[in-house]
Amino acid sequence: MTVTETPFTGGIVGKPRLRREDPALLTGEAKFIDDLQIPGALWLACVRSPYAHARITGIDTSAALAIAGVVAVYTGEDLADAWAAPLPCAWPVTDDMKNPAHYPIAQGKANYAGDIVAVVVAESRYAAADGIEGVVVDYEPLEAVVTIEDAETDRLVIHDDCGTNVSYVWELTPEPDAVTAAFAAAEHHITETFVHQRLIPTAMEPRGVAAVPAPHNGDMTLYSSTQIPHVLRVMAALTVGIPEQKLRVIAPSVGGGFGCKLNVYAEEILCIVLAQRHGVPVRWTEGRTEAAGSTVHGRAQRQTIELAADADGKLTAVRATLLADMGAYLQLVAPGVPLLGAFLYHGLYDVPVYSFTCKSVFTNLTPTDAYRGAGRPEATYAIERAMDALAVAVGVGQDEIRSRNFIPTEKFPYDSPAGLIFDSGNYQPTLDRAKELIDWDGRRAEQAERRAAGSTTHLGLGISSYVEMCGLAPSRTLAALNYGAGGWESATVRILPTCKVQVVTGATPHGQGHETCWSMIVADQLGIDPDDVEVLHSDTSISPLGMDTYGSRSLAVGGTAIWMATEQVIDKARAIAAHMLEANADDLEFAGGTFSVRGSPDKEVPLAGVAFGAFTAHDLPDGMEPNLQAQVTFDPSNFVFPFGTHIAVVEVDEATGAVELLDYAAVDDCGNQINPLIVEGQLHGGIVQGIAQALWEDAAYDADGQCRAANLADYLVPSAAECIDMKLDHTVTPSPSNPMGVKGIGEAGTIASTPAVMNAVVDALRPMGITDITMPASPMTVRRAIEAAQGGSA
Amino acid sequence: MIPAAVDYVLADSAEAAIAALTEAGDEAKLLAGGQSLVPLMRLRLATPSVLIDIGRLDDLSGISIDGDTVSIGALTTHSALEHSADLAAACPLLAHVAAQVGDPAVRHRGTLGGSLAHADPASDLPAAVLALGGTLVASGPGGSREIAATDFFTGFLESALGPDELLTEVRVPVSTGGWCYQKFNRRAQDWAIVGVVVAEAGAGVALVNMGSTPLRASGVEAAVAGGASAGDAAAVAADGTEPPTDNNADGDYRAHLARVLTERALTAAGA
Repeated sequence: MTVTETPFTGGIVGKPRLRREDPALLTGEAKFIDDLQIPGALWLACVRSPYAHARITGIDTSAALAIAGVVAVYTGEDLADAWAAPLPCAWPVTDDMKNPAHYPIAQGKANYAGDIVAVVVAESRYAAADGIEGVVVDYEPLEAVVTIEDAETDRLVIHDDCGTNVSYVWELTPEPDAVTAAFAAAEHHITETFVHQRLIPTAMEPRGVAAVPAPHNGDMTLYSSTQIPHVLRVMAALTVGIPEQKLRVIAPSVGGGFGCKLNVYAEEILCIVLAQRHGVPVRWTEGRTEAAGSTVHGRAQRQTIELAADADGKLTAVRATLLADMGAYLQLVAPGVPLLGAFLYHGLYDVPVYSFTCKSVFTNLTPTDAYRGAGRPEATYAIERAMDALAVAVGVGQDEIRSRNFIPTEKFPYDSPAGLIFDSGNYQPTLDRAKELIDWDGRRAEQAERRAAGSTTHLGLGISSYVEMCGLAPSRTLAALNYGAGGWESATVRILPTCKVQVVTGATPHGQGHETCWSMIVADQLGIDPDDVEVLHSDTSISPLGMDTYGSRSLAVGGTAIWMATEQVIDKARAIAAHMLEANADDLEFAGGTFSVRGSPDKEVPLAGVAFGAFTAHDLPDGMEPNLQAQVTFDPSNFVFPFGTHIAVVEVDEATGAVELLDYAAVDDCGNQINPLIVEGQLHGGIVQGIAQALWEDAAYDADGQCRAANLADYLVPSAAECIDMKLDHTVTPSPSNPMGVKGIGEAGTIASTPAVMNAVVDALRPMGITDITMPASPMTVRRAIEAAQGGSA
Repeated sequence: MIPAAVDYVLADSAEAAIAALTEAGDEAKLLAGGQSLVPLMRLRLATPSVLIDIGRLDDLSGISIDGDTVSIGALTTHSALEHSADLAAACPLLAHVAAQVGDPAVRHRGTLGGSLAHADPASDLPAAVLALGGTLVASGPGGSREIAATDFFTGFLESALGPDELLTEVRVPVSTGGWCYQKFNRRAQDWAIVGVVVAEAGAGVALVNMGSTPLRASGVEAAVAGGASAGDAAAVAADGTEPPTDNNADGDYRAHLARVLTERALTAAGA
């Protein structure tokens, strides 16, 4: 299908609308896991290994059991028979991928600091916390594998049954000989190595779980602060071994996820099993410091990118080689995270041949998994940093090198060298507009003036042009990547007798504003007030089918399902209206919520009349079922490919090494926008989250595998005080892959901003001979680089 | 993030607080604003047996100026210091430093006395009181005594306060000469990686987070008194210090920052 403009004519879609979710969130009325009042619930607390790698030689639970309020203590051995299967990894990216068995409680050996070695069940949260202090575990500490470089050598193998620390090697090189030839013939051969530090996703709400058994019939309700109640239901049923229909999963208000709640965690499984065992609800709320070690981390990879280019800087080949850190075990989709970037290391540039290889290894650190952008920020960082290096080598501006290589607009849909089809794109206008917003020429002149004057506050400009693949995903494509599930989304649209509307969606929000957006789409289509549209979600009993929220998929996949279901409802309403008006359905117009006969303006019936008629069913066309309702499952034909250009301006204080962000412009294209206010909000948050990787956040570990940033004093999540006003604008290039012409925007800001800032930092320091700064660009790191470049110490 | 069990005493007078302290001994902690103590308790890094809450002793809160002396009740919040017009006129340095502590929520709960008694070398206000040459007033079972700020900070999170003493008042001289606080950190809400307080155009200079206690930079003060330039005086700022190492900075980098920031502070203060 081809979309050249918006299908929306109702005047609602495309206009900023305040989020209906916010009053409850802002006044504290919204109920998160920890707000749930669950009478009679026992509290779970986890005894976690303080060592990154240690044999467990004994566990004495007697002191804990003597503490008032402690009901039970379980070790891995105690619950060895409680599981039907290990914790799931749903993405075996290769047939020979090593996947060590990972159970909710470790047995015999702890493999990271935070690994659960025992659990306490108690009558109160306080008693449970006291209880874990009473559990005495004898450890025999082992040497820990802390770096991916060390892991790769297999000097010390973490999982004996795997025989190696290498989980898998995955390669995508469609034309190996052509790649070799391109590099042999290249006028410019750029080789850059970059490190993505570990990041802690840091949702505002840590995780929480409550498993509530029904008294008699074996039903279990699992409340979890999760992004994926539907996926969790399937996986938890398989892991615990209870019939799927006996398990209901509810995600109440969820305070963010950023990918870290796209998982199936030990604590979820433990609460179910212990609630079964004790016959009463069992609940757990994660502490912030606990979360730093027990909830998945993101990024954590080293990447080498090579560019081959001709004398003009026109790319002829891109080759990327990754070494990725899986942590101690494979979590739900961890192996596939690098693959979500595997197709994008040539960015939005027209490159004939391409090669990508990823080797992933185990370490004695917290497991990694998806984190906002998941693979695409890493890819964008590599290519955008390398493009700056190419610009320097060729002797042209960072803007010019990009313009020379952008995929030409006339080439869309574009067959990428990695085998994707980029749906639509028009890249140059985003660069032009971003330069205009940031006053590129003026800033360049200011930079030159400062340099000429010998200033010690150095100005730097950094560009990041990006394209990403989101809207996960065509199920057949996921099958080709060995992913264990489909990429469809489900929706039901139901018009109630009084012409109010219920939308049931399988896309599960955790802060995005789905209720607002979905109501706008349906209201625009039906010609009614968005406030008359109720959106139901996040409960597998209300919305039994769904693939949930991640990978910027909700609008492009879930929203499309809603759009299609609404169209089906309108079609049925049209048939009923035609019957009521004694007209031919093809002669009816539907606008402003009213069906009318073309050419006979007095012959009309409002949707409300049709809805009531469908409900009473007193006079429906022969054979037509009562009620107005449609259920659609949409499986996209392709990913969607948002793009844009971001530019950062920074100032580096030579004496201290401090980097200050002075200005930021972002021009993004996510196709047609449903609610521009939400697009803006996603960009604000996403951009800051990406800048945080560049300047602040670092889950640093010491040589023993201890996280040195396990709280929010040491792990530097930026606050509003560190943010600046951003200059945002957009272009609109609709996607032809869905009828609304929409793409995704949830991850774009994070994907784009990290390289923009780091390119700016390096740009500021390049006259000193500095070509890279390790992230995060902390003052000490920057100062050390300056000292090294100046050949002396402070 | 679940604290251990603790007994709680709500003090209705300074005398009652001291009596409770005397009775409980080393195992007791005074609770003022709780901005340092409560996080430590939640992490179970502090496990006092009894908390003596002095938060409602209103007579220990307030700012008064008498001649050349500014007297501040120990329970005066950072926010009150930050927003006091009297303090802004009599000792603008202290008002400014108070405004750099933590974030607004911390400043509304945290108290000057609490910050000093906690004796964190990374805190802003102890160094400010040091640079100003302040005096602290402590009350115990035997009455009250004055302690010079220079004698108050005895070790990491340790002060000259006895286990049965309550800090009741902080006195600083009226100080309107050239001043500056250079606080270097990565996020606005954080402790200083290094901070430099300059009072009275360099007559008083103190360092934040450059050792196990807040430090008076007497070498810098002497150099300024001897007529050295800001740059020359700042060159000795880190001499004799043993700055700590953490994620943000190692000792060498802290020493470098101390010199850079001291020069900037002295210059801004007109030294």
